[in-house]
Amino acid sequence: MITRIEVDDGRSRPGAHKIAVDETRRTQALKAPVKASVENLSFYYGAARALNDLNVEIRDNQITALIGPSGCGKSTFLRCFNRMHDQQAGTRYEGRIMLHPEEINLVGRDVDPIEVRMRIGMVFQKPNPFPKSIFENVAYGLRVRGIRAQLRLAEEVERALRNAALWDEVKDRLDSSGLSLSGGQQQRLCIARALATEPEILLFDEPTSALDPIATARIEELIVSLRDRVTVVIVTHNMQQAARVSDFTAFMYLGNLVEFDETSRIFTNPSQKATEDYITGRYG
Amino acid sequence: MSTLRRRRIVNVIAFSMSMVATAIGLALLCAILWTLLSRGFGALSFSVFTQMTPGPGSAGGLLNAIYGSLVMTALGILIGAPIGLLAGTYLAEYGRNSPLSTVVRFINDVQLSAPSIIVGLFVYMLMVMRMGHFSAIAGAVALGIIAMPVMVRTTEDMLNLVPKSMRDGSAALGAQPWYTITRIVYPAAKNGLVTGVLLAVARISGETAPLLFTALNNQFWNSNLNKPMANLPMVIFQFAMSPYGDWQRLAWVGALLITLFVLFLSIIARSISSLFGQHGNPGE
Repeated sequence: MITRIEVDDGRSRPGAHKIAVDETRRTQALKAPVKASVENLSFYYGAARALNDLNVEIRDNQITALIGPSGCGKSTFLRCFNRMHDQQAGTRYEGRIMLHPEEINLVGRDVDPIEVRMRIGMVFQKPNPFPKSIFENVAYGLRVRGIRAQLRLAEEVERALRNAALWDEVKDRLDSSGLSLSGGQQQRLCIARALATEPEILLFDEPTSALDPIATARIEELIVSLRDRVTVVIVTHNMQQAARVSDFTAFMYLGNLVEFDETSRIFTNPSQKATEDYITGRYG
Repeated sequence: MSTLRRRRIVNVIAFSMSMVATAIGLALLCAILWTLLSRGFGALSFSVFTQMTPGPGSAGGLLNAIYGSLVMTALGILIGAPIGLLAGTYLAEYGRNSPLSTVVRFINDVQLSAPSIIVGLFVYMLMVMRMGHFSAIAGAVALGIIAMPVMVRTTEDMLNLVPKSMRDGSAALGAQPWYTITRIVYPAAKNGLVTGVLLAVARISGETAPLLFTALNNQFWNSNLNKPMANLPMVIFQFAMSPYGDWQRLAWVGALLITLFVLFLSIIARSISSLFGQHGNPGE
């Protein structure tokens, strides 16, 4: 059963866009087990506190979107999941992000960030393929994990490229440079690169903000199709995108989590005034 | 109106003065090159490359000096380049913002402009005095110490040209920093690093002062690194100051050979780096 609701992306006339809510998908989403639970997470750059006491549950094989105005901390939050902040001196985490079912605290001091990144993949804002061949780009994460057998690499690379809906476009030129691809293809290459390592959670940091509308549509389609394989957390500036692809949405403002709920609820019946103001385009 | 006029006059004066300065510089350079080329080519013969440096008043060549220069320059690069490369890697990768890097960077800049005779004296005290005699290896060490800061600087500059997004992409796939450096950063900066080595070779191949107290000179053929070794800069120095016409002519040839060698290296380095500018900066 599909209901249509009206949503505004904050940039054009109110009520100009419609999204569809798939009721079966919604029921499924609510029944999904928790993959990661964020408990009282705070994050500091030196003395400055960038995230305040966040509590969120990321559901298994569902897509969770993080939205909010620039500087609200959504990317900072996303980068806690794979400890990208550890590369910078003077950063500090408080609280926990528990990965289930193994019960590993992703931001724990005793947990090696390298080990965290082995389990949790990331796709960046700007496509960043390595200056290597398409094949080697996808094989990179596998090589990091010590896989050397050529046959195994070839298999996994093909599987990852198929899952990223890129195989048909590049199967005849796996040896050409990853940089020779178009922007959208490069981003799908980066997704394939992350998928090859079979991450438990895949993080997307505004993956389409550097792409044109057609490439964006393809990436969105791809992200939705990934639900069956991996748990997705996506930061996006584009509210239509959040509405189109995600099952759950967290609205953040000034480092706080204002509201977290099913996407359909957030966009039709938000409980907070701030959320409503943001999604109806009053600020942000 | 008068302001405009005044500005125009000031501009004309500044422009003419800079033109004159350029002309003076170019004229001097041309005079030097012309003298060098005419005298050097005038005395150039096949025997220069087949015979040893002669005694006063007899004919001979520069074979032992050419050999000595090549050996000591090569050894100097083998000593200086790896240390410089790793130190530059530390500055650009591991310790980008650490206080230690700031200190190292400052000391490296001082070393870059330190008089080379100081380096010669340093190695004299360190090696020659302890060993009790001059040696080719001491000369090579002195040249290595000169090459080192050049390598540190170019390595850091070249690695900094590699976009951070590459390193992030690799780190997000679970790669250790050293893996990222060897598999992503070095290959991406390869051309620049090769250029840096060539420039370091060019820098040390004409150095005289560091060899004065270390390798000294040798009138005869010597391939023993533990003994004094002939080299072009010292032969030029000795022969040019002598009253003998044969020696003076050989000094001109030696100067010509070094100049052509450095010119050749600079041209290669330039063509590599122009290539680098066009294709070697991935992701930006």
